[in-house]
Amino acid sequence: MIEQTVKIINKAGLHTRPAATLVKLAAKYKCEFFIAKDGLNINAKSIIGVMTLAAEMGSELVLTFNGDDEKEAAAEILDYFNRGFDEL
Amino acid sequence: MKNFKQIFKEAENAITGIAAAPGIVIAKVYLFTKEKLEINEGDITNVEEAKNNLTEALSKSKKELNKVFAIAKEKMEGKRAAIFEAQMMILDDPILLGNINSRIEKEKKQPEYIVNDEISKYQSLMALAHEAYMNDRANDIEDIKNRIIRNLQKKRWVSKIKNDMIVVSDSLTPADTILLSRCNVKGFVTDHGGLTSHAAIISRSLNIPAVVGTHNATRHIQDNDTIIIDGFHGFVFVNPNEEQIEFYNAKLEKLIGLQKSLEELKDQPAKTVDGKEIQLMANVDVTGEIDLVVTNDAKGIGLYRTEQIIEELGEIPSEDEQVKIYSNLSTRIYPKPLVIRAFDIGGDKFKFLDFTEPNPFLGLRGIRLLLENEKMFRSQIRAVLRASINKNIQFMLPMISTVREIKHSITLINECKNELKHEKINYDKDFKIGIMIEVPSAALLTYELACLVDFISIGTNDLIQYLMAVDRGNDLVSDLYQEFHPAVIRTLSHIVKEAKKAKKPVSLCGEMAADTLAIPLLVGLGLTNLSISPTTIPYAKRIIRSISYEKAKILGEDCYASATVGEVTEKLEKFFRDNSITRTRNII
Repeated sequence: MIEQTVKIINKAGLHTRPAATLVKLAAKYKCEFFIAKDGLNINAKSIIGVMTLAAEMGSELVLTFNGDDEKEAAAEILDYFNRGFDEL
Repeated sequence: MKNFKQIFKEAENAITGIAAAPGIVIAKVYLFTKEKLEINEGDITNVEEAKNNLTEALSKSKKELNKVFAIAKEKMEGKRAAIFEAQMMILDDPILLGNINSRIEKEKKQPEYIVNDEISKYQSLMALAHEAYMNDRANDIEDIKNRIIRNLQKKRWVSKIKNDMIVVSDSLTPADTILLSRCNVKGFVTDHGGLTSHAAIISRSLNIPAVVGTHNATRHIQDNDTIIIDGFHGFVFVNPNEEQIEFYNAKLEKLIGLQKSLEELKDQPAKTVDGKEIQLMANVDVTGEIDLVVTNDAKGIGLYRTEQIIEELGEIPSEDEQVKIYSNLSTRIYPKPLVIRAFDIGGDKFKFLDFTEPNPFLGLRGIRLLLENEKMFRSQIRAVLRASINKNIQFMLPMISTVREIKHSITLINECKNELKHEKINYDKDFKIGIMIEVPSAALLTYELACLVDFISIGTNDLIQYLMAVDRGNDLVSDLYQEFHPAVIRTLSHIVKEAKKAKKPVSLCGEMAADTLAIPLLVGLGLTNLSISPTTIPYAKRIIRSISYEKAKILGEDCYASATVGEVTEKLEKFFRDNSITRTRNII
């Protein structure tokens, strides 16, 4: 299992477009992928779940990956967070 | 036996409305109310069926969204496009659907209840967040939730309709009407709408009686009541007594007699007593209507409303699908002409874009929307061209109001022709292009516009509403939608004269010609080509065959000079009396 804390760095936060992209990235991998924030633990393969996260610029999320391809999944998804959802 | 006036005067169970489609029927009622989204929490017995219904509702919702998306994406900025995409993804959300399906199995409740409960949970989570934008997000989710529930409920409603019932509803969308027509509906009664509402047009297409605009039928009629629809006079009798049933059974017999005598006219031309021949063509809304076109001896299809294909399929047909549909119609009607009108989307017909236009009738519709969505327009043009090899297809552009729109469209058509040439695909080299005149500005400019095209067709439904500045669907003002207003008559006369000056053929394809009272007037104004619902052709033919063209011309001039609707109607009725022509409603 990989656990990693990330910070939202783009101005608009985790809005609908990056939420959709995240779920699509997650769908490429077999491993489980959860996002936790403020006591809420969301299955990130669910778009409606990810959309319930209110994550503005500066907020911190805990990502957990668990499964065969967790390394590859974590690498790609963390990179997407670090690129500020390509909105920097 | 009592006459109609006595029967009606004594009736305490009568509801009046607009006679929208001729015919008489006595049958049981299915009350189709859908005003509020009421969730049925009921138990189910068949889990598999419920799950299948859910799958169907999801795929229906996907189709609907795809339709909206296909049109809207060219116009949408990033944010709204993302919301659409997210809504689409929700329909495939594995976690959400997994939860819903397992709850259906466990709780054995209506899927619409579980869908509502499950999605609402996420919405409350969103609403709990402090950020304001999360509230908007909850609203976006509301939209997709309601879409799924609506599709589940439709399935449940339709499964409840037994065959051979009369549908009573507040109003009916085109999609509802088509859906219901598959259940062998015997007639329609609605609270709202007029002669040009979808329920009215489709009823005439399907040859079933309809009374619309009753204001309160849904309040006075209950599920499973027996009612009589008199589609000639616009009356409905709720739970009729013996006397009323007897009266209408006798009328039904007369009606059958009339229809038989009309059948004898089938091979006769629609010629006035002094030898003026009128071409009676058919309006076609649903492809199944082609049989009616043939049996009623239409001289061709004067208006094929292609946007109905989108309604029937639930999505925009591909170029190849369109070629198939158009070729099929062209072959069936050959060698008579088939006038295909480009998708007339917008206004009341579709809610395509996800934002609501404040004035949809004055907004992005008809040719305006087509030119904004070039990809869709091009694929239709190519399909029509590809289907044109029988040389009997003509193409018509809706809602033209400027020269620029015509020139722009012709450029696109020429580009498509060139593409086809390159691809070595055949099409009719003499392919004719026409326009609808249905906007007052176009009517005034008829000569200049007609010079640019091969033919023109007057669409009275929209022309009247734009001339009178009246929304035909708005009950508060719909009585101002007056087809016999002198301004309408003068405009029609102007269009006909200007088209003749430009030496271009002109036809009329609105519902106005469905009213037999209007026929002598239209003939008198110089119209020789009328396109009407196929089922009304025999009725119109009977009138034409009993009038004199010379007298009709004088009637046209008289009406032209009138100042009020009352004067015009009086003159028309007098014309019928003086020439001893009985109106259909008075025969039976």
